[in-house]
Amino acid sequence: MTVDETIRQVLADHGRLAVPVDSLSDDTDLFGAGMTSHASVNVMLALEDAFDFEFSEKMLKKSTFVSIAAIRSGVLELTGG
Amino acid sequence: MAEVLDATTATTEPWADFRAALLDDGVLLATDVDGVYGRSSTYESVADAIDRLVLRVGADQDALSVRFPPVMPWSNFVKNGYLESFPDQMGSIHTFRGDERRHAELVHAAETGEDRAPLLESTDMVLCPAVCHPLYPTQSGTLPEGGRVVEVYGYCFRHEPSTDPFRMQAFRQHDYVYLGTPEGARAHRDRWIERGLEVLGGLGLTVESVVANDPFFGRPGRMLAANQRSEELKYEIVAPVFAEGRPTAISSSNCHLDHFSRPFGIDTADGAMAHTACFGFGVDRITLALLDHHGTDPEGWPADVRAVLWP
Repeated sequence: MTVDETIRQVLADHGRLAVPVDSLSDDTDLFGAGMTSHASVNVMLALEDAFDFEFSEKMLKKSTFVSIAAIRSGVLELTGG
Repeated sequence: MAEVLDATTATTEPWADFRAALLDDGVLLATDVDGVYGRSSTYESVADAIDRLVLRVGADQDALSVRFPPVMPWSNFVKNGYLESFPDQMGSIHTFRGDERRHAELVHAAETGEDRAPLLESTDMVLCPAVCHPLYPTQSGTLPEGGRVVEVYGYCFRHEPSTDPFRMQAFRQHDYVYLGTPEGARAHRDRWIERGLEVLGGLGLTVESVVANDPFFGRPGRMLAANQRSEELKYEIVAPVFAEGRPTAISSSNCHLDHFSRPFGIDTADGAMAHTACFGFGVDRITLALLDHHGTDPEGWPADVRAVLWP
């Protein structure tokens, strides 16, 4: 799976979104699409499992997980991609 | 050398003098467990006065008044997310269901200081961690037009052992809870922060409200805490305590959004998912702040403070 496919799969499994993941654009506000704070924590943990890294302390905030684009930027920062 | 340093540190804890005064004057009675105290009639006279003051301040709220025992169902604890967010503060209730042989093992374990846990079984209860938590399952269904305000008072438990008198493991909260619209929840929170500042300032305490976060568990918890702070969902009213003037929370307010209404199916009159908010007076913390600020003998407190507490 590509990075984007993995992110979308994690969101489908853990995001508890009110809309289908396929309907999300890169910049859709995930919290606006129904993701709760607790769901975002599960998304964070699932991304760590999927990519085998740990988000740094300073990344543990809402803005890191606000959209697919934001998540991708965090993932690429940590994987050096 | 390390032991000498430890001993020095122990005697210079910022609360050492206050704790000694409370215990020496018999205001609080120490037990074998840090953070669990007996209360003297002096202490209780202040706590009772604060309880009645809180009721006078909220008399215009037309609030439903309810009391729960200090235990609540495990199912409630799981469903409202406390297990997910604060597992390390849990007070899980266990009992014994074995036979005579197992009973002898249990007594033996107690005598020898072994862990009793393998011989016990969990019940379907936990100690109540926040006074408003048992309320939400009872509010399932549709709220009246304009929402509902509920006044709740009682003991809570959080496993945070400390010799700091302000860090009690068993303590009382007196809450005004709002259930209704998102706008109503924010308005309730704002109204009560204002009232809290006025009431607590009227007791001679120098108070201010600050953005705060709950002590969510672990790395995921740091994210939840950051979210809570950035959305300004929790405020604390703090007062300076001890000689150093450490800001210490004596009341707090929390906007829960739909955190409690979603699991228990609480809807507004027009059918939308309700939001909830609560303002809690920390009755033991306020009592302690007064004892710290005005001295351990309430008879000698300033007349204007006594007049507010005992009108």
